[in-house]
Amino acid sequence: MTIIEETTSTTATSTTATATDTAALSPGGNPMGFGRMLRKEDVRFVRGKGNYIDDVKRPGMLHGAILRSPYAHARIVSIDTSAAEAHPKVRAVITGATLEGLKLAWMPTMSYDTQAVLATDKVRFQGQEVAFVVADDRYSAKDALELIVVDYEPLEVVMDARKALDPGAPVIRDDKEGKTDNHIFDWESGSKEATDAAFASAEVVVAQAMLYPRSHPAPMETCGMVAEMNPVSGKLTLWSNTQAPHAHRTVYALVAGLPEHKIQVICPDIGGGFGNKVPIYPGYVCSIVGSIVTGKPVKWIEDRSENLMSTGFARDYHMKGEIAATRDGKIVGLRVDVLADHGAFNATAQPTNYPAGFFHIFTGSYDYGAAHCKVTGVYSNKAPGGVAYACSFRITEAVYLVERIVDCLAAELKMDPAELRMKNLLRPEQFPYTTPTGWEYDSGDYPRALQMALDIAGYAELRKEQAEKRARGELMGIGLSFFTEGVGAGPRKHMDILGLGMADGCELRVHPTGKAQLRLSVQSQGQGHETTFAQIVAQEVGIPPEDVEVINGDTDNTPFGLGTYGSRSTPVSGAAAAVVARRVRDKARIIAAVALECSPDDLEWNRDRWSVKGDPSQGKTIQEIAMLSHSSLELPDGVEGHLDAQAVYNPPNLTYPFGAYICVVDVDAGTGQVKVRRFIAVDDCGPRINPMIVEGQVHGGLVDGIGMALMEVIAFDDAGNCLGGSFMDYLLPTTMEVPSFELGETVTPSPHHPLGCKGVGESATVGSPPAVVNAVMDAIGVRHADMPLTPAQVWRAMQGRPLRTDLAIE
Amino acid sequence: MQINVNLNGTEQSHDVEPRLLLVHYIRDVAGETGTHWGCDTSNCGACVVWLDDVPVKSCTVLAVMADKHRVTTIEGLAVGGVLDPVQQGFMECHGLQCGFCTPGMMMTARWLLDHNPNPSELEIREALSGQLCRCTGYHNIVKSVQWAAAHPATVGAST
Repeated sequence: MTIIEETTSTTATSTTATATDTAALSPGGNPMGFGRMLRKEDVRFVRGKGNYIDDVKRPGMLHGAILRSPYAHARIVSIDTSAAEAHPKVRAVITGATLEGLKLAWMPTMSYDTQAVLATDKVRFQGQEVAFVVADDRYSAKDALELIVVDYEPLEVVMDARKALDPGAPVIRDDKEGKTDNHIFDWESGSKEATDAAFASAEVVVAQAMLYPRSHPAPMETCGMVAEMNPVSGKLTLWSNTQAPHAHRTVYALVAGLPEHKIQVICPDIGGGFGNKVPIYPGYVCSIVGSIVTGKPVKWIEDRSENLMSTGFARDYHMKGEIAATRDGKIVGLRVDVLADHGAFNATAQPTNYPAGFFHIFTGSYDYGAAHCKVTGVYSNKAPGGVAYACSFRITEAVYLVERIVDCLAAELKMDPAELRMKNLLRPEQFPYTTPTGWEYDSGDYPRALQMALDIAGYAELRKEQAEKRARGELMGIGLSFFTEGVGAGPRKHMDILGLGMADGCELRVHPTGKAQLRLSVQSQGQGHETTFAQIVAQEVGIPPEDVEVINGDTDNTPFGLGTYGSRSTPVSGAAAAVVARRVRDKARIIAAVALECSPDDLEWNRDRWSVKGDPSQGKTIQEIAMLSHSSLELPDGVEGHLDAQAVYNPPNLTYPFGAYICVVDVDAGTGQVKVRRFIAVDDCGPRINPMIVEGQVHGGLVDGIGMALMEVIAFDDAGNCLGGSFMDYLLPTTMEVPSFELGETVTPSPHHPLGCKGVGESATVGSPPAVVNAVMDAIGVRHADMPLTPAQVWRAMQGRPLRTDLAIE
Repeated sequence: MQINVNLNGTEQSHDVEPRLLLVHYIRDVAGETGTHWGCDTSNCGACVVWLDDVPVKSCTVLAVMADKHRVTTIEGLAVGGVLDPVQQGFMECHGLQCGFCTPGMMMTARWLLDHNPNPSELEIREALSGQLCRCTGYHNIVKSVQWAAAHPATVGAST
């Protein structure tokens, strides 16, 4: 199989795909490279033998629990911990005052701001960490929280980002010297002048304000840690369900002044991440301090309310978009003004140069004359965070903006939204394409993907059905979206987090018997790295995937790298794995040539062996070469023994997956209830290493997107109370709110990735919300209403009075 | 309180606090960690086990309520070292990603198939509607249960 050959598989729901070349099955019955392969990690998961953070048990382990603020904004007058300390099972009570003595009361965030570990002066959001109790068991730790008495003096709150910059608004960050307002940053991209000129001469201008409300990743497993400081050796071992173990190790070393070589971060199996497990949370620091103070291992596991109320949220973007076009539907310009609510501390994990993430990819998939965006970040009395929930560094917000406003333009022009998109999509010959805001899209064939989606959907028939239903008074909607994603951050010269360049290491060690271990810097949270990366090695160097052990999540045993988020694993580490495998293959050639007494130039590679050109009978398999490399065979000067390789992959550019989505909904005119009847998703992420896993990633993202469009929101009341603090209130889709999906695939390889692969983890979460919202607006004939489109919101929108969904106020 | 629980066919006897949740008993006291805790509010179903022969959310059952009862967890699903077709189906159809919700999903799925060997897609979705998965979008979970229904004889790999 030629892996970067361009192919198109037309339909749909293909969980039955097989390895493309059945002749190439390994002895274990797996594809010798790319193709559908059952996951290696499932062997333990289906037996209940996964090992998650709360499964970690250490001798003498104690349990931590966090006391949190009931107020969104309040001065701390006093904290009395004496009763808690007197509890017979309590081993330590830690407050901000304790941490001040250790210079750990505040920690740096990933955006060069600071965040309170335990509050000292005042609390700034409901759920903020105030004290940490360490006890013999988890129930006693929670009991002791009830014994701590905190005297608060409530302060006026800032819950509406649109009022955060009002003169006289309470200053949330008065801990920052000289701070007199709630402003964090202003940032812009594109040419204002050129965009203003395009708008000035435009025949049609459509403006639409829209909110992408605050949501939460809510992985099924909450965040947690087991911290164990060995008081004799000084070694700190941290079992942590982080998505970025190496970056965390470095930050702990910098924050706590601990020697980095004596910190080991071990990631057990992770029960979902979605960006929620990227940041460093106060609970982690408290666990470490708890272990240092008690001399015992300390486990801290968040409960669900803590997870929803205090950890990395997503979105919270107030966007005012304007689109300019000719009367016949040629888009000529786009501009947007964004107010970004970052909560009480600017803890978003974006590359340093991009305070608004990659939002300036908001021009999407279309060909413009000009575009400009301005983003203003503000503090509010909400939880900190910001990179989370499959957001691709704010591309989710960007795609929502452009795909929503393109539909608004279609309504204004009375054009079919599919026709309007087809008319403006970038053409294949325009790639590589530089956008008005400076992104260089690597490759794409957008019209082909859109056409495939329209074909799978039976678009013309759907429109006909819709017209018939409308005539009967039934509400049916068809919504489209077309997205361009940008994933796989670096390159390191442009992208870093806290000064750490975004490049990732990889090591491949082939043992004498030809079995191999591949060591990754990135960290699976369920994506199937143990399988996918073994397939990359199999593809490149011919070792069966069942013979490749993939090791991730242990900083003592894996090379440095920035971790898994923003769909980085395949674009960055997948490339690194291909590079090390090719280095092993190249070295194997030299060793084979010595053994065969010929020149390396006389050899050719065939799947798993080097053989003499013209005489395939003369050759050595990779397994034979592995043994030779460890044997007494005399090697040429400069060629070392063994068969290992390492690499640090610095991506030359992002990769740009894309796709076309179509959602079909039925809306109950009496109640506003939305039923998603069909969802068609055509994704192009380049060649698919394991199509089964890729499809699974798409399915999950689609449901995330449907959830955001219809159900999920972290809203607040005007006193600052979080209204999404449990699964009773923060609604995730169940089996009943979503359909089975209809998938399609086109393959446009990335020209700069060694395997042509582009990454897919977040594509569906990025692409699906606007398709759902567009479908609902299409059904009810309303220009715009903000997510989530709950029955109440849809019904109100039908009455011409849509709600503000982020605040429980009119 | 002293309780006697038959956990996956093994008699267990422990002295527990009356307030101890069954999920914590199973995980922290009995040491079987295949059952997961996910939400506190009986919404997510990561903690589903069978109390006698009925699926329950073990975060909403006290350990003392299991006294003199049978509790079956994911560790008890494979019989005689052979995977249940539901377990095999989840592997075959990629019905799991992070694996955290999976044990609860499989316990409910097995119960469904025991009572309805040939469920429709809607019946499968209804049976699993009290459980949450954040990774799979449910598409392949449904397919996995359908696979198990189509392969009722135990054909799985040995454990």
